[in-house]
Amino acid sequence: MTLTPQPYADTLVLAPAGRLDQESSDEFRAGLQPHLDAALGAQRGIVLDLSGLEYVSSAGLRCFMLAARQAEAQGGRIVVASPRPVVAEIFQISRFNMLFSVYPTVREALAALSPEAAAAFDRR
Amino acid sequence: MRVRFWGTRGSIPVALTWRDVRDRLARALVKANGHDLDTVEKACAFAGRHLGFELTHTFGGHTSCVEFEPGTAPDPDQYYVCDMGSGARAFGEHVVARQSGRPATINVFMSHLHWDHIMGFPFFGPAYLREARIRIHGCHEALEHAFRLQQDPPCFPVPFSQLAARIEFVRLTPGVTHDIAGVKVTPKLQLHSGDSFGFRFAAGGRSFVYTTDSEHKLDEPAAAESFVSFFRDADLVVFDAMYSLADAISVKADWGHSSNIIGVELCQLARAKRLALYHHEPANDDTAIERILQETRRLEELTRADRKLEVIAAYDGLEMEF
Repeated sequence: MTLTPQPYADTLVLAPAGRLDQESSDEFRAGLQPHLDAALGAQRGIVLDLSGLEYVSSAGLRCFMLAARQAEAQGGRIVVASPRPVVAEIFQISRFNMLFSVYPTVREALAALSPEAAAAFDRR
Repeated sequence: MRVRFWGTRGSIPVALTWRDVRDRLARALVKANGHDLDTVEKACAFAGRHLGFELTHTFGGHTSCVEFEPGTAPDPDQYYVCDMGSGARAFGEHVVARQSGRPATINVFMSHLHWDHIMGFPFFGPAYLREARIRIHGCHEALEHAFRLQQDPPCFPVPFSQLAARIEFVRLTPGVTHDIAGVKVTPKLQLHSGDSFGFRFAAGGRSFVYTTDSEHKLDEPAAAESFVSFFRDADLVVFDAMYSLADAISVKADWGHSSNIIGVELCQLARAKRLALYHHEPANDDTAIERILQETRRLEELTRADRKLEVIAAYDGLEMEF
């Protein structure tokens, strides 16, 4: 699963696409981990841009939860942006909207984490 | 096969408060405004037609106790019940009333021995009747000890030895299908503190899975596969949906319970026909459980492949036939 990493100042935007389920969750985790280690190690925030995600199962949600747990342990922060309606509903039903801050757009997510990142996004 | 839910609440019994009753009554009165309801019969008919579950029912109530009748022509003197939570008191009244003094055999299947699953037994009427035979089945070594212990001082004034019924304890082997009074019974080990066991019951071409107090780890696909096999093509799966998925895998991980989302996923993979959300979180009121039910139905709709899974939330007094 491609994550299309895109840095904005001190914040990294990752954009998983397709279906995140039992079949793809290991691949997603493996792809996500180096970005998590690098960004959180450098005290950078992470935005998960979910606009390309068609579906997420419990196995996929677990990947998000593990990432959030790592961020918390390292004093970093991960937020979610721009989920499609189906994914937004699954976040609500699973109560993952209580674990993650969910923003309607990447711009708003960046602004919540870092004014510099939002400014960089506006300049792109 | 017919299933009756006598106790559906997790961990500890929950009752409506006077404020709950008053608020329901007030909302019902507002809805009835302008209708000609000058008799109880008319009012009941109006309530049945025009008032929703949230005003006419409650999820309840008692802790775990689920009865089933196997097949289309069950032996009227044989009973089958899962767990002896506080719902067992009302179940006992049902047995006594229906038997009218005739001998009965009650086959009990114990998921585990935590207090909320045995607390109804001291109040189970048939235990005090000579004409009752009670066969308590389970996989735990401490099965008999747990039932005797809770009757002892200072917990209860009537010791086990004074119970009049003929009470037997029958150890079952997990993973083995046992033929018990005409029902095929297969226990399965589940993840819960001190172990718990789910049961798959099959009779008359129908099957029913009772799986409560069971945690499902998302990083154990082999375990998930084994539950999919256990649920395979079941007519009904009564499933521990105590927590949200977020709670079940974060702050309440290792607490031994599961979520509505895992229930839907496992039942869809198993091509089960019906999912009953069960072992409701005591902190959830009726409104919260109703919302969880609607959300779970929506999730099922979002994730449905070629076959609909019927989703219900079990409540005390619910009867299902399939």
